[in-house]
Amino acid sequence: MGTAAVIDASFDVKPGEIFVVMGLSGSGKSTLIRMLNGLWPMTSGSVHIGDVDISKISGKRLREVRQKSISMVFQHFALLPHRTVLENAAYALEIQGVDKKKRTELATAMLNTVGLTGWGDKYPGQLSGGMQQRVGLARALCSETDILLMDEAFSALDPLIRRDMQEQLASLQADLGKTIIFITHDLNEAMFLGDRIAVMRDGEIVQIGTPDEILTSPADEYVSSFVRDVDRTRVLTAGGVMQNPRAVVSISGGARAALLTMREQQTSGAFVIDRNRNFRGIVTDRDTQGLADRGGSDLTEILTRADDAISADTALNDLFGRAVESSTPLPVVDEQGRLVGAVARATLLAALGNVPSSTSSMGILTPGQTAGNDDGSQKPGIFTQDPSGEEGGTL
Amino acid sequence: MDELFRIPVGKWAETGLDWVIANLGAFFDGLKAFFAQFYNALDWVLSTPPFWAVIIVLAALAFWLKGWKLSLGTILGFLLIYGMNQWDNAMDSLALVLVASLVAVVISVPLGIASAKSTTVSNIVKPVMDFLQTMPAFVYLIPVLLLLGIGPVPGIVATIVFALAPGARFTELGIRSVDSEVVEAGQAFGASPMRILRQIQIPLAMPTIMAGINQIIMLSLSMVVIAGMVGAGGLGGAVYSALTGLNTPLGVESGLAVVVLAIFLDRITASLTHVKKHVSA
Repeated sequence: MGTAAVIDASFDVKPGEIFVVMGLSGSGKSTLIRMLNGLWPMTSGSVHIGDVDISKISGKRLREVRQKSISMVFQHFALLPHRTVLENAAYALEIQGVDKKKRTELATAMLNTVGLTGWGDKYPGQLSGGMQQRVGLARALCSETDILLMDEAFSALDPLIRRDMQEQLASLQADLGKTIIFITHDLNEAMFLGDRIAVMRDGEIVQIGTPDEILTSPADEYVSSFVRDVDRTRVLTAGGVMQNPRAVVSISGGARAALLTMREQQTSGAFVIDRNRNFRGIVTDRDTQGLADRGGSDLTEILTRADDAISADTALNDLFGRAVESSTPLPVVDEQGRLVGAVARATLLAALGNVPSSTSSMGILTPGQTAGNDDGSQKPGIFTQDPSGEEGGTL
Repeated sequence: MDELFRIPVGKWAETGLDWVIANLGAFFDGLKAFFAQFYNALDWVLSTPPFWAVIIVLAALAFWLKGWKLSLGTILGFLLIYGMNQWDNAMDSLALVLVASLVAVVISVPLGIASAKSTTVSNIVKPVMDFLQTMPAFVYLIPVLLLLGIGPVPGIVATIVFALAPGARFTELGIRSVDSEVVEAGQAFGASPMRILRQIQIPLAMPTIMAGINQIIMLSLSMVVIAGMVGAGGLGGAVYSALTGLNTPLGVESGLAVVVLAIFLDRITASLTHVKKHVSA
């Protein structure tokens, strides 16, 4: 007996999730994925797909499982060079015994889906690497299995193409909802694609968790040395770094109540929500004071930036531009439009540097000069209306 | 010679051969009849038509597989053979080469596939092939003569045995060096081993297998000359009688005819190797 390539690796993959297995070469991840569809036999243990233990079935039954339940995308594409792109895409269907007319139809549609319209008559050798892997993906998707194994599927591609393919896979997955087991040695890729990640080392799984968990609480020295290099802006989401909004006022509360809240929280503005906690906009202390001075009370008159809310699953990467443009912290809302948190520029920077930013000392709405001691010339408060206001903000 | 250390391998072989002759005579009679039929049929096809008709057909084949250059070379080469009065000998030899090569391919390619699929088979086949290839070719003629007598058939059988090895070797190598990921792809989508062999392994190994077939044909041709010693006739017979009679003109003419045949067969089979150009990944 040689050294075990994979030992002590237990995990469950939930239907519809992208489960990423991450490890360096030699960590056993390729062995692991090949045991999942029985390509390589395991010496002990079991693999269950639904109710079927594929380590116990053999030959014909195993081939049926592979045809119906589990398909695979390969690192070096593994296309048949003597067959056209269309015939390659239809290969899984051909094995399943689908008649030629039907499989041509399905494969053509799938080639369109992956962006290879009109390439069906070419041979794989005439395509670029990225396009060949799209054929590999189309072939796997054509088989209409619920489970998709992807073995370093994008590792052989150029970085730019790789990014493209990752994004395409993510958007395809949003429509298809397959159960995907994705093998990679690239942590950025793992973090970007994975709903959950298993980190492997020397055939063992060191940690399983969401990208956020791996990033923020690595299980050991090995994992943390890994995550040091990760591009955090693609991994961390607004929901992951946001903090509780401090100054939140109800739209029905009126101007006086809003001013009181801002003063208590020492902020120069407040998020306005309605009765369902839906985000409605932002009011500044100056506008609110003005409203109160005029004797008015309805905050809807002075609401601004009602459309600026961002959703909780937005990657930090996409927040920088908006954070620069906005002089205020960015309000974060959930799927129903309810205000759940806020992200200030300081929060973004802290997240990048992996500095704990959860302390209450870093307010969402930075304590600025209150309306009372406003001298007009010095106004670092984040809710200043003049253009230079972006120099202030949370810094 | 120290009699104590004399290992009578030769005697054992003779005893074994005697046993085979005594007990398997019927089998070899059948074998002889089969090869004789096969050879006669093919020889009839090549020898019956006028020489120019055969040349036209061969030139057309060359043109279709390779191009006009080989086609022109074929016409000139075979005209030379005709002009040297070696036409009948050359057609006899061509028939012998084709029969021997065909049978060698039919035996060795499946053997190579089996060796590629099973390491056990490979471990058995490999030393046997080493043996067959390195044993001096003349030695085959002895048992073959004893079993099958004189004529083209012992020549064919000796040629087949001699030419088997490259077919089995190249086939095994070709199939084993098919990208394992592509084979895994077949498995991963649930293809049966037979389908993987038929649709993935053999097509991808085809260039290597064809190189092996090319080798079979070339070895057959070289063996055909040796087989002339056992009365196989053809160019081999001419070479052999030139040698025994120290007949320089006949030696040169029959030798040149062998060269023309060899170049023609080599170029034709080599072009089969490269037939599918889009295979480059």
